[in-house]
Amino acid sequence: MAANAFGAAIKRREDPRLLTGQARYTDDFTLPGMAHLAVVRSPYAHARIKGISTKKAAAMKGVLGVFTGRDMKDAGFGGIPCAWVVPGSDTKTPAYPPIAIDLVRYAGNAVAIVVATDRYLARDAAEAVEVDYAPLPVVTDAEKATAKGQPQLHAEAPGNQCFHWKVSGGDVEAAFRSADVVVKERIINQRLIPNAMEPRAALAQYMSGAGELTLWVTSQNPHIVRFLLSLDTGIPENKIRVIAPEVGGGFGSKIPHYPEDAMVVFASKTLGCPVKWTETRSENYRSTIHGRDHIQDVEMAAKKDGTIVGLRAKVWANLGAYLSTASTGIPTILHGLMLSGAYEIKNIHEDVYGVFTNTTPTDAYRGAGRPEATFMVERLVDLVAQKLKMDPVEIRKKNFIPPFTDGHPVATGLVYDSGNYIGALEKALQMLDYPGLRRKQVERRKKGELVGVGFSTYAEICGLGPSQVAGAVGFGGGLWESAIVRFHPSGKVNVFVGISPHGQGEETTFAQIVSSELGVPVEDVEIFHGDTAQTPMGWGSYGSRSTPVGSGALMGAIGKIKEKARIVTAHLLEAAVEDIDYEDGKFFVKGAPAKSKTIQDVALMANVAWNYPSGLEPGLEASAFFDPSNFVYPFGTHIAVVRVDAETGEIKLERYVAVDDCGRVINPMIVEGQIHGGIVQGIGQALWEGAAYDENGQLLTGSMMDYVVPKADGFPVFELGMTETPTKVNPLGVKGIGETGTIASTPAIYNAVMDALAPLGVGKIDMPLTPERVWRAIRSAKPGK
Amino acid sequence: MQYPVSITVNGVPRKHPVEARLLLVHYLRETLGLTGTNVGCDTSQCGSCTVLLDGKAVKSCTVLTVQADGAKITTIEGLAKNGKLHPLQDAFWAKHGLQCGFCTPGMILTACDLLAKNPKPTDAEIRHGLDGNLCRCTGYQNIVAAVREGAARMAKA
Repeated sequence: MAANAFGAAIKRREDPRLLTGQARYTDDFTLPGMAHLAVVRSPYAHARIKGISTKKAAAMKGVLGVFTGRDMKDAGFGGIPCAWVVPGSDTKTPAYPPIAIDLVRYAGNAVAIVVATDRYLARDAAEAVEVDYAPLPVVTDAEKATAKGQPQLHAEAPGNQCFHWKVSGGDVEAAFRSADVVVKERIINQRLIPNAMEPRAALAQYMSGAGELTLWVTSQNPHIVRFLLSLDTGIPENKIRVIAPEVGGGFGSKIPHYPEDAMVVFASKTLGCPVKWTETRSENYRSTIHGRDHIQDVEMAAKKDGTIVGLRAKVWANLGAYLSTASTGIPTILHGLMLSGAYEIKNIHEDVYGVFTNTTPTDAYRGAGRPEATFMVERLVDLVAQKLKMDPVEIRKKNFIPPFTDGHPVATGLVYDSGNYIGALEKALQMLDYPGLRRKQVERRKKGELVGVGFSTYAEICGLGPSQVAGAVGFGGGLWESAIVRFHPSGKVNVFVGISPHGQGEETTFAQIVSSELGVPVEDVEIFHGDTAQTPMGWGSYGSRSTPVGSGALMGAIGKIKEKARIVTAHLLEAAVEDIDYEDGKFFVKGAPAKSKTIQDVALMANVAWNYPSGLEPGLEASAFFDPSNFVYPFGTHIAVVRVDAETGEIKLERYVAVDDCGRVINPMIVEGQIHGGIVQGIGQALWEGAAYDENGQLLTGSMMDYVVPKADGFPVFELGMTETPTKVNPLGVKGIGETGTIASTPAIYNAVMDALAPLGVGKIDMPLTPERVWRAIRSAKPGK
Repeated sequence: MQYPVSITVNGVPRKHPVEARLLLVHYLRETLGLTGTNVGCDTSQCGSCTVLLDGKAVKSCTVLTVQADGAKITTIEGLAKNGKLHPLQDAFWAKHGLQCGFCTPGMILTACDLLAKNPKPTDAEIRHGLDGNLCRCTGYQNIVAAVREGAARMAKA
């Protein structure tokens, strides 16, 4: 039944092509005469380029050209633009040449490119490019980089400071003076490597006759790439077609417009043939953005009864060597504004220092700023509870914002849309049998077992967002969405959307929406996305915005289709338009449902226009744009139960309960899938993942052999529950669910491990909680502390 | 220097002269145009490029084409027969065992090998058996469910 498609766990419509190998990712495309590009990258993290000799490489078999940064500059190619400059922060935006000129600032920085007839030959020649470097001193730690006497990355950013941003609400000084207890912690929210399974790739075809460019690229937002590419290549936006074909995961790492996009365009334009670049995984680890990397000094103030009265923090955010597309917005807007979490914290102050270092640029990685906020808040809440000898549940209940449906302001200036934090917590506690679990914990502790329970009762911000707010916070674009709904004479439907999903399943959920709203079978709806020549302008898929914002546009277009269908039906049934009703896929005269027209009847007549209202445009197609009135704020409770092996430091996950609330659910199967994946990524940060640099700026975790991407082994079956608190921000009452798992799970696991180790007096271990670190902490613990 | 190879891919005999260093995955993707096999890493960790070589799961990014001379290769394109999905493909669909789909071909072919050796694996055995294949989207829970479901369907077939 079409009307029931909303809320149904129907199988995904995108899967058959993915299951059979018919899907086409960027590297799968081969064009006639296509050449391959390889990038020569700096082995030094900071060095002056004294000279580059391309002669030997240029003479090698199959080589079509070898180019440097200066060649690109001379051809009129500009720097990679930074698309987010946070206001009121004195942000410095130093030049980011796609290929380094004079100076390299991180290991992996491009210094030259080689184009050859074959992938292998391009790599051979890349190795023959001779670069003469004069190494310079290196700094990789963000806090250290701001100290006196440290190496300087950019002349315009003294002390390597890109910006100093502040957020303040209430009176923090007074709150701390009035407090009974204050807890302090230094948190290292470590650098992570996104690891989308598909490495990045870009294929450019420049047609000089028409001056037209087509770029196939692994992107989460082809329209943004087109816009930015027009700025640095000088090719007019209307002559550029950007296609994000099948995209193999992104997690934020495929938001940015990267130097390699410009390189393939330059090479194609210069050599007159299509040029493709596909990164290797080792290259990906150095040249695709990283995430997180905060040093946080945090304090929380509370009353004896557990009431939290203030939060104060100072953060050094490592931005890497250059500003990636959205990097400055992540540790500010998406982090600092969320410091109230799910709690009523009236007084908040944070200083964030954005710092340049000799490392790979950082940008949005799943959660992007919110994991760094949530971990901070959830950890400090636990520390206050510990100090006051309160149960972590009790302190959370005491400080939760009470249930609300119509907006709730917090100290940082945001207005949360809707929430029922206590509801999600109660449900999770029930699923867990919390009292029973604590009783068992006492018994097991008596036997010497190290078992712990950890909580994360998060609220996050997503569904980015109102465009006026985007403008006010310095984002260089809008954040509305768009959709076109087109009915064919046969009653089949094509929908074209500005979002660009890459695994999240909107080809299914959006078809479900069309189906349930218009009475069309789900199978009759095809969703098109990811091609700027085919789809309306839209801002793409990130910040868990595709469904909350994109569905708003879709609903707008559906509304227009329904309006037109009423007019056509009124004409066909010889009735007044205002007398036409719609229900369950049928348009009929009020009170006379026996004589009716389906949307397919209307589609046929509108497309042939034989018997048609005079003056009405033929065709049944509508487009709509939607700009939400606010962000959406999903929330929930995640609880982890862990056991620590005192002998080996190994952590075993015994149970994991997650109750998430993303408003109304369109497809519960897809929502659960998003949560599963998110949880594992967050657990990865808590237990295994972490990018490490040595003192020379060499990435020690430079391949999948050295950086731990979670494997199938070692996870319990996640126990999922849901509550449903709709939002009024969009027509369907839906919130994003793409990032909640990652935001919630890291502190839940961490708090559980600390609970397990509490009897030993271990209160802190820096993430990731590897067996070695845990073992060392246990060994050096002072029981009873 | 080119070396002649004869390889049967998805039941079709193929003959090509290839360079000694040509990786099997590039032979499949670029010489034969079978782009369903994906390349996700360069250190044999991710398993995206897994294919069956004489029935055994191998990472085709770590096999030279010349090493596969005389072998029978099955790629993801060769699993569905007469337009009908293989029970494992169908199970991955039914259990939402994929999101972006990039790891899926390798995951399914590894599962084929796993079920050939152990037709009724426990969940723990499935998780252990998939350790050489990384997925960043699904959190594995639905992949494990899909392999379990695939095993049940294959037992009935």
